[in-house]
Amino acid sequence: MQLDIITPVDKVFSGEIKLIQLPGTNGSFELMDNHAPIISTLTSGKIRVIAIDGHEENFDIGGGVLESAENKVIVLIESV
Amino acid sequence: MANLKEIRTRISSVTSTRQITSAMKMVSAAKLRKAQNAILQMRPYAEKLHEILVQLTESLDDSVDNVYGQQREAKKVLILTIASNKGLCGAFNSNVVKKAIEVANNKYSNSTVDFWTAGRRAGELLKYKGFNVINETNKIFDNLNFANVESFALKIMSLFVDGEYDRIDLVYNQFKNTAVQILRHEQFLPVLVNNDVEEKESSMQKKDYIFEPSKDFIVNVLIPKSLKTQIYKALLDSNASEHGARMTAMHLATDNAGELLKELKLNYNKARQSAITNEILEIVSGAEALKQ
Repeated sequence: MQLDIITPVDKVFSGEIKLIQLPGTNGSFELMDNHAPIISTLTSGKIRVIAIDGHEENFDIGGGVLESAENKVIVLIESV
Repeated sequence: MANLKEIRTRISSVTSTRQITSAMKMVSAAKLRKAQNAILQMRPYAEKLHEILVQLTESLDDSVDNVYGQQREAKKVLILTIASNKGLCGAFNSNVVKKAIEVANNKYSNSTVDFWTAGRRAGELLKYKGFNVINETNKIFDNLNFANVESFALKIMSLFVDGEYDRIDLVYNQFKNTAVQILRHEQFLPVLVNNDVEEKESSMQKKDYIFEPSKDFIVNVLIPKSLKTQIYKALLDSNASEHGARMTAMHLATDNAGELLKELKLNYNKARQSAITNEILEIVSGAEALKQ
């Protein structure tokens, strides 16, 4: 699925991924391919991304919003 | 005919003025590019945030209770006026101030209006005209980034939440292109979430979203975020407009200096030629006198 992590200053991440782990307001959760459409708020914590080639990336965030539909995930955060 | 030395000094002074204005134009052009980039970079974030907010408010049955959405009678109004710290940019600053005063006099003639300014020029002009400027945020342009704007925005938002002001409006220049700035007046608080839900968006195919933890919660998190983005956008727009306006002003100044220089050089050459003619005349008549 396609992931974009966007801040007001730039696009931090953009690419095809296998899995994303997020710090949701009600606890950490993961999204994988073909997840049902979801909008969720995020608290401070770590976003863990596993790209399509198995390569892993981490982002520390202070909170944000996530929107995911039709295998397109968009994470809006204010700063990395 | 003015004497040669006078014209020569004027020529050299106009030349150096032209050098300064053309250098300022170059500097503004470089800064403008940076400012424009910042706007472009911010746009996807702002658009997506707005999209999510619209999606949410549409699927909400009744309006959410939100501290930022309380409609109160506009007894005390704050107008956030965004201008620039420096001059030499044409009518940029005075236009913003004029607009802000117009809003204060026409729209809020029955309420107490205070001003909060960003940019030294706006504060000076408004104070000079006898308006009440409660605060000035001039350093924000020195380092315009989201973190700084965020704390600034929070300060302004808390004025509304604490009930100090019943309405907060923004007046700023929106960047259209280098030569054109559009003066904007927007309501900042209370929030109008549904104000620009267009046909296109409402007919957008609705997806069945899962909301975590709940719709109300998300709306309450998103509204302050979108407010911050609104202020950030206004500041970026104003910043880009300022550099655009300065670039245009300095371009005109450089052109005018060139024009002036051409005229002065013409005068200088005329004066020089007439001086030479006079001298030759004297020599010839001297020689004639000697012959006799």
